[in-house]
Amino acid sequence: MSSDVHAHADAHQSADDHAGTRQGQLIGFGLSVVLTAIPFLLVMSGSLDKQVTALIIMAFAAVQVVVHMVFFLHMNTKAEGGWTMMALIFTIIMVVIALSGSLWVMHHLTTNMMPVHEMGQTP
Amino acid sequence: MFDTANLTKLIFGRLTLESLPLHEPIIVGTFAMVALGGLALLGALTYFRLWGYLWKEWFTTVDHKRIGIMYMVLGIVMLLRGFADALMMRLQQAIAFNGSEGYLNSHHYDQVFTAHGVIMIFFVAMPLVTGLMNYVVPLQIGARDVSFPFLNNFSFWMTTAGAVLVMCSLFVGEFARTGWLAYPPLSNLSYSPDVGVDYYIWALQVAGVGTLLSGVNLICTIVKMRAPGMTMMKMPVFTWTSLCTNVLIVASFPVLTAVLALLSLDRYIGTNFFTNDFGGDPMMYVNLIWIWGHPEVYILILPAFGIFSEVTSTFSGKRLFGYTSMVYATVVITILSYLVWLHHFFTMGSGASVNSFFGITTMIISIPTGAKMFNWLFTMYRGRIRFELPMMWTVAFMLTFVIGGMTGVLLAVPPADFVLHNSLFLVAHFHNVIIGGVLFGLFAGIAYWFPKAFGFKLDPFWGKMSFWFWTVGFYFAFMPLYVLGLMGVTRRLRTFDDPSLQIWFVIAGIGAFLILLGIASFLIQIAVSVLRREQLVDTTGDPWDARTLEWATSSPPPAYNFAFTPVIHDNDAWWDMKRRGYARPLTGFKAIHMPSNTGTGVILAGLSTTMAFGLIWYMWWMAAGSFVALLAVAIGHTFNYHRSFHIPADEVVSVERARTELLVAGAKS
Repeated sequence: MSSDVHAHADAHQSADDHAGTRQGQLIGFGLSVVLTAIPFLLVMSGSLDKQVTALIIMAFAAVQVVVHMVFFLHMNTKAEGGWTMMALIFTIIMVVIALSGSLWVMHHLTTNMMPVHEMGQTP
Repeated sequence: MFDTANLTKLIFGRLTLESLPLHEPIIVGTFAMVALGGLALLGALTYFRLWGYLWKEWFTTVDHKRIGIMYMVLGIVMLLRGFADALMMRLQQAIAFNGSEGYLNSHHYDQVFTAHGVIMIFFVAMPLVTGLMNYVVPLQIGARDVSFPFLNNFSFWMTTAGAVLVMCSLFVGEFARTGWLAYPPLSNLSYSPDVGVDYYIWALQVAGVGTLLSGVNLICTIVKMRAPGMTMMKMPVFTWTSLCTNVLIVASFPVLTAVLALLSLDRYIGTNFFTNDFGGDPMMYVNLIWIWGHPEVYILILPAFGIFSEVTSTFSGKRLFGYTSMVYATVVITILSYLVWLHHFFTMGSGASVNSFFGITTMIISIPTGAKMFNWLFTMYRGRIRFELPMMWTVAFMLTFVIGGMTGVLLAVPPADFVLHNSLFLVAHFHNVIIGGVLFGLFAGIAYWFPKAFGFKLDPFWGKMSFWFWTVGFYFAFMPLYVLGLMGVTRRLRTFDDPSLQIWFVIAGIGAFLILLGIASFLIQIAVSVLRREQLVDTTGDPWDARTLEWATSSPPPAYNFAFTPVIHDNDAWWDMKRRGYARPLTGFKAIHMPSNTGTGVILAGLSTTMAFGLIWYMWWMAAGSFVALLAVAIGHTFNYHRSFHIPADEVVSVERARTELLVAGAKS
């Protein structure tokens, strides 16, 4: 609100500027294209096993996420005094806990509690 | 004839005259009282010409202090409603023996216990906690306001909109009869075809927007707007616990939003996420809602821990023992609170490996919590303790919360949980930690910060009355439930067969009555304090000889909080300033840049209420119209360029001079 707060924000802006250069954007764009094209080609050609293809696509997707964060969202360990990185790590921990925990819990619940005759119907 | 019926349905959806509970004399009586009281209030407001004042100075305000106070008012008003539900249950359970049906039918009773839980958590505890954080955090870190002042106003009104929807359900239609977490399949359309669960869903969704946004706002405020010199490890403990609480809010509330959205898809368009058939799995709902639900209880208790830390160190006249361990304990609890959710459904059948894991993580939480307890005790050790009201609540908390914590560890043992789950033992346990922890903390916080907010202390006599009625009433009300739970009485029962149990319910009923006296004393305390404000006045801004920055400014603080942003050198910033002989700056004041008030938050929340009401009653035109209007107003607000103004330097000078004169007069007398 006060003027010193604004000054604070300006200082941050100039420190972060070098992350958003044209060169950085172009590298990010190039990587994204490559990372999208390879899975696309794999599916089109169908040269690999279906399951292997799916795994490769997921691996490329994960790398793609990192590329977007680094080159387009300009995330690094120093941005915003490290808070961006900290928030990211925290988010990843929470999402991993919630997803893996749910899968683990629900797997046990399904195995133990779902009536056997209905198992076939569950998709 | 047929056309008229169709038209009525198009306009009113499922809302008919039969939806009004005219056949329930209790509700009609309540409605008459609420209507009369409401009319009297509206009449008084009109008579004293307060509407303009309220609208300009309060409803549209973006001042974090006023929004904080409005949150507190909301929480206290809803406490009365939630407690009325509690009294009704206690009375029902105390008389429904020996073939008596009591005075509540099952349809009504099931709504009462659901509404009690929902209101007490979402519309009492949450607003009170958010209100205190809103009021205190910016002052403690030396900021002028929160990071996004308009968002703050909007958040408050969204929370209020949720409360309005719940209150609506009392008189128009009905509330859910499912228990406070609305487990499917009971909450599915096939078992709850009425509007109750829809009221539940939309009230929580609307209020959830407010909670989430206020979480974002406060995190941003704490991270970005601390006074120069206040590093993370120099922040007051209450600010630390607020930060952790808001991180929990931001991380967990989206899960609640998502799971309620899935439930509403099941109910509105016939998907099968949580149904019994077509591959649906109600257990997934239980799993997801507790991924939100467990962090939620830490969202409530962490700020209370912060309040106790401030109060203990202030009233012991000592620096807080083990500041660093306190901070790390808070952070550890924040992370661990995400690793324990399954202990809410040990008996659902996950098996030994899963249950052991979650049982152990749950027990581990008692370690950081125990560390905190010892820190408070060591802070008191050899301190010069002043037993003022906030300190009394703190001591009562320490004694009571430890009992609740121990029964919690007991319930964390899966085999013990198989015996005790869903029993009154559980009910006693969570009331023990929520009343003995959160509520006592809130009362300590209210007594502690009230003079800061209003410039006079709360009356100690009625405060002590409230304290003793609450504390004694709590033990009378909930210790019998531990006994009953151990004997195997399950929760949410309406009638009982075994006459030997009645005496325990009667004792619990007496406890509830004592708590009623406690609440009444609290309200009397506020009224008496307002009347005696001349005697209770605080001119110094620091009535408790306290240690943190909020006491450096006047009581009540000026709109801009601090004329000059203070520079921080120590954990206990204000204590440090006092010791170094800090002199208030008396000259060189400049104009101060402040955010402008806006009514957009009220309008957006009002439109959200009508949209939710339309969705609940299937009045699609109303829902769609409100949604379009909502978007239009939100976009329109982005064209509002009158967002800030400057408090002229002259005004700052005159406010600060008045404070100087007050301080001089206070020092003479």
